[in-house]
Amino acid sequence: MSQLEIKNLHVAIGEKEIVKGFSLTIRQGEVHAIMGPNGTGKSTLSKAIAGHPDYTITSGEVLLDGQSILSLEPDARARAGLFLAFQYPSEVPGVSIANFLRAAVQARMAEGEELDATAYYKRLYSKMDLLKIDRKFTSRAINDGFSGGEKKRCEILQMAMLEPKFALMDETDSGLDIDALRIVADGVNAMRGTNLGMLLITHYQRLLDYIVPDYVHVMWDGRIVKSGDKSLALELEAKGYDWVKTELAAANA
Amino acid sequence: MSQSPETDALDTTIVNPVVGIDQTAGNFSYDVDYEFDAGTGLSERTIDYISSVKKEAPWIREFRMNALKTFQSKPMPTHWATKDLENINFDKIRYYLSQGQKPKRTWDEVPDDIKNTFERLGIPEQERKFLAGVEAQFDSEAAYSNIKDIVSKQGVIFANSTEALREHPEIFKKFFGKVIPTGDNKFSALNSAVFSGGSFIYVPKGVKVSQPLQAYFRINAENFGQFERTLIIADEGAELTYMEGCTAPKFSTSTLHSAVVELVALKGAKIQYITVQNWANNVFNLVTKRGVAHEEAEIKWIDCNIGSRLTMKYPGVVLKGRKARGEVLSIALANDGQHQDTGAKMIHAADETTSNIIAKSISVGQGRSTYRGVVHIPKHLKGCKNNTECDALLINTNSRTDTYPAITVRGDRNATQHEASVSKVSAEQIFYMQQRGLTEAQAMSLSVNGFINDLARQFPMEYSVELKRLIDLEMEGSVG
Repeated sequence: MSQLEIKNLHVAIGEKEIVKGFSLTIRQGEVHAIMGPNGTGKSTLSKAIAGHPDYTITSGEVLLDGQSILSLEPDARARAGLFLAFQYPSEVPGVSIANFLRAAVQARMAEGEELDATAYYKRLYSKMDLLKIDRKFTSRAINDGFSGGEKKRCEILQMAMLEPKFALMDETDSGLDIDALRIVADGVNAMRGTNLGMLLITHYQRLLDYIVPDYVHVMWDGRIVKSGDKSLALELEAKGYDWVKTELAAANA
Repeated sequence: MSQSPETDALDTTIVNPVVGIDQTAGNFSYDVDYEFDAGTGLSERTIDYISSVKKEAPWIREFRMNALKTFQSKPMPTHWATKDLENINFDKIRYYLSQGQKPKRTWDEVPDDIKNTFERLGIPEQERKFLAGVEAQFDSEAAYSNIKDIVSKQGVIFANSTEALREHPEIFKKFFGKVIPTGDNKFSALNSAVFSGGSFIYVPKGVKVSQPLQAYFRINAENFGQFERTLIIADEGAELTYMEGCTAPKFSTSTLHSAVVELVALKGAKIQYITVQNWANNVFNLVTKRGVAHEEAEIKWIDCNIGSRLTMKYPGVVLKGRKARGEVLSIALANDGQHQDTGAKMIHAADETTSNIIAKSISVGQGRSTYRGVVHIPKHLKGCKNNTECDALLINTNSRTDTYPAITVRGDRNATQHEASVSKVSAEQIFYMQQRGLTEAQAMSLSVNGFINDLARQFPMEYSVELKRLIDLEMEGSVG
């Protein structure tokens, strides 16, 4: 079983330190949720792990099955089994979803190995059926003119096709109305299983009504300050983030 | 797009290894013994030499001599074009190199070095697959020229300019130099003085050539200038697609390629002229291309410029007859150290003529793209239409792009529309694609292909696939 270990990670944007000693181990099959107020470093964490060039890892480690991934280019990390579902996915005008995914699938194949187009489309269509996505969707250019919901479904479809070991889902619920949220959550739940470890980053508890996590962590000022099971999310919902703040102040006193 | 993904020609090879006609595959040369060599530098003696080895008629020699005078009297167009032109040293160029003036009809007869060159470039294979005829020019002359029997039996003439002047002087003389006069610009004058090779095509009335004819221009020698001259005449109601490809090895010194291409589409005729060129980045590519479209005729230029140090090329159509139609679809990719100065000219000279220009340029790194266009619709005409679209894509912040669209539409009975856009491949976009497992080069390549996708779909499949490969290769080389 694979595992993703984040060890005492510190991340800066320019001179400013955002993530300050974040540690967490995720095993395949587990679903972890990270909750926290805005500006606490949740998105920074996910982008840094994925290798975004604007984020500098000043200390700490990220290990995939014991191997550090921090010296790898973003594409190599992706091919090693890491997937980031973006909060704000980029548009790629003129490149259809089908062709983009095809390139991504091909990129995972050994050199000289040819992609079997028929098998590829068969698999693509079955994933689309699973996610209840219309066939016409894949001929549209990636995220170009997509609604918020379409963008998120496009992310989930990519995740389904690329079959990562670990998925970091950055504010997947943001910008979604309740129907879109349900569709996206159904998709994620359909992919849940022993082969996928997930880190759900969210601001609100409501996503966790649809995707029930095994673990919930509260992030505050760049690190985890409280961990628990799904009941922690409910407690947080009831008491608000100020509760964590007060507890934290008390603990530090 | 209603096209199903399976039949999407452009995208089928997205991350396939690069094969086919590309710059790496073109970057080789053979040490060829040239039987005919006009030496270095340009003078009346050079012209005497060229004219005598070709056994030309006196009128051609005279035409060349006059052109030489025009060339020498014209200044470099550096008042509007790049000063880089001043770096061409005309005294150090070799103007004519060949192993003979008569092309072979079968590949077996072609000398080994030259045959190997074209084998490596994949020309004989393409010929077998989808071409009606091929002419393969090696430095100054065609080494191989062949047209399928089924096409020649319809009366189609496909020859190089050297042969055509000997064998079809009456048609040649009638149209030669009429679309692009010697004095059109300094480089058309140069070409007129020393031209050699290039295609001559005549398609008789009503004949529709279903497969394309192809010419391939190969520069092998260092310090060499290639000056092919192409003249294509489609008689009334005739139809033709012509494709040209070009490569040269990378030498440390600069190479000059200066062609003149004249097209004549008589009443109701259609000519489609496709160029996919991939010059090494030491080549000055200064080409004049223009067609005249008579009544209800159609001329379409598809022009893809990749590579070269400097390309200056503005394919044009003179819309001479009522309801004539002209089109230029142009793609230019300027990588580090390259300048693509390209565009289109549409001269409306009759009522109800229409023209369409779609130009897409990509600038990478220090690469520079310039669009120059001329659309001219005079006041006395009516029912004329032009559509011009110029889109630029910038990759990396140092890239530069300029647009100089000169659209002159007079009178109130004509219509024009012009759109221009500049977009950038952002770091976020590249990161997004890398996060899906594509390398930086693959990500850039995909962005570029997305940018030109709607245009490339209009190209014949073989060419859009080749274009795609060339772009992959350029992007591969542009990231460290």
